[in-house]
Amino acid sequence: MGPAKLLINPLQFRLTLDRLAHQLVEEHGDFSESALIGVQPRGIHLASRLSTRIQEILGGTRPRCGELDITFFRDDFRRRGQPLQAAATNLNFTVEELRVVVVDDVLYTGRTIRAAMDALLAHGRPTTMELAVLIDRRFSRELPIEAKYVGRSVDSLDSQRVKVLWSDHDGGEDRVELSNPT
Amino acid sequence: MASFSHPHLLGIRGLSRDDVDVIFQTAKEFKDVINRPIKKVPSLRDLTVANLFFENSTRTRLSFELAQKRLSADVVNFSAASSSVKKGETLADTVRNILAMKVDMVVLRHPHPGAAHYLASKIGVPIINAGDGTHEHPTQALLDCFTLTERLGTLEGKKVCIFGDIRHSRVALSNVRCLQLLGAEVMVCGPVPLIPKHFSSLGVKVEHDMDAALGWCDVANVLRIQLERQGAEVPFFPSLEEYHAQYGLTAERMDRLDSAPIVLHPGPMNRGVEIASEVADREDAIILDQVENGVAVRMAVLYLLAGRLGGSED
Repeated sequence: MGPAKLLINPLQFRLTLDRLAHQLVEEHGDFSESALIGVQPRGIHLASRLSTRIQEILGGTRPRCGELDITFFRDDFRRRGQPLQAAATNLNFTVEELRVVVVDDVLYTGRTIRAAMDALLAHGRPTTMELAVLIDRRFSRELPIEAKYVGRSVDSLDSQRVKVLWSDHDGGEDRVELSNPT
Repeated sequence: MASFSHPHLLGIRGLSRDDVDVIFQTAKEFKDVINRPIKKVPSLRDLTVANLFFENSTRTRLSFELAQKRLSADVVNFSAASSSVKKGETLADTVRNILAMKVDMVVLRHPHPGAAHYLASKIGVPIINAGDGTHEHPTQALLDCFTLTERLGTLEGKKVCIFGDIRHSRVALSNVRCLQLLGAEVMVCGPVPLIPKHFSSLGVKVEHDMDAALGWCDVANVLRIQLERQGAEVPFFPSLEEYHAQYGLTAERMDRLDSAPIVLHPGPMNRGVEIASEVADREDAIILDQVENGVAVRMAVLYLLAGRLGGSED
């Protein structure tokens, strides 16, 4: 990988998160019948941040926030040399009758979200399912999937890598980097 | 993250600590899956698995079959009782014929020690040893240790005693190896004729006094007396009553201890022989946890072995 280019700086990052949180509140009100579900491994950070921010905006209880592992639902199983190690699914509520927002950091081919839809439906039948992402890598989709809430759309090459970095997980400040292959 | 790098699961021998850790972590996630309203994931949906049982088994086969179905694999079952083995076909030929029908994985139970190893050298699909004679039964050992890890947190430094018919057990050898791999101290206890001499060479303690062994251990893994394998001409012990008196795990024996060990039993139980009903049915018994975990552990093994299929072209 070559030197990473800063795609979103810490200030823009905060504004974008704020905007996403406000959009979600606009749509879901007090979240009493809604839930955020972060996709493992890296969507969980965005879901948890959004949940905290929404709580601040509402000044009330924290929205339900779950973590969903999609490993066993991936469509590239046996197309890799090794199976991926599964991560934990933490859903301490039932998704039945809830308006669920699936949250991931980067939307790219759409295959992860396809798997997430299947994985989530194995837990029950939500009333509606929406998708919120921080980064939408445009023109890279392999499946007909689009996000309803998008932090930033970026144009990138397939060979490039977009990485969302979280201060409480990756160190440094919150930021998004684009790196080129060497 | 460590990964599982073996083409087959033939025994605990050859596995590393990392391998076992990967299996346990995967099993933990599968245990979560099988406790959901929808107990099924699509991971193995394009695979066919053959369960070849050349020897009777109820729970191991059922457990494997459930594991396969919960991974969405297609399953074919074969048992020796209704097969052409009786017509003189060799093991390798039987299996080649089944593979010619496009089967991707084989689960093998066979009365002869080494059958799974032999087959692994002859055919090119992953093989899971579901018990080869009195040799190994790796998934049973894995599920026993997984269950203990769940209960105790770690097996490091824990004292585990395996009681009973060590001689005829395929569970004993696999268990000894797996327990030692995870850092436990192991003892075997039973009447002299039921403990093969070579067992002491595995680095396990050998004890013939049940009360002494019970006092020593944190975990008692009680094996079944294999009634069908007791010598017809020269019995290994005088009578079942005698065995129960000397080596039966009774409530009375347990109550005499300062702290009672955790009791495991791989099933099927002979109540009133190696274990008394009061002990088997105690609230803190984890015998049924073993059965539940059996499905999760077998799902993990199937998943990890299947992940290596077809991944080599890229």
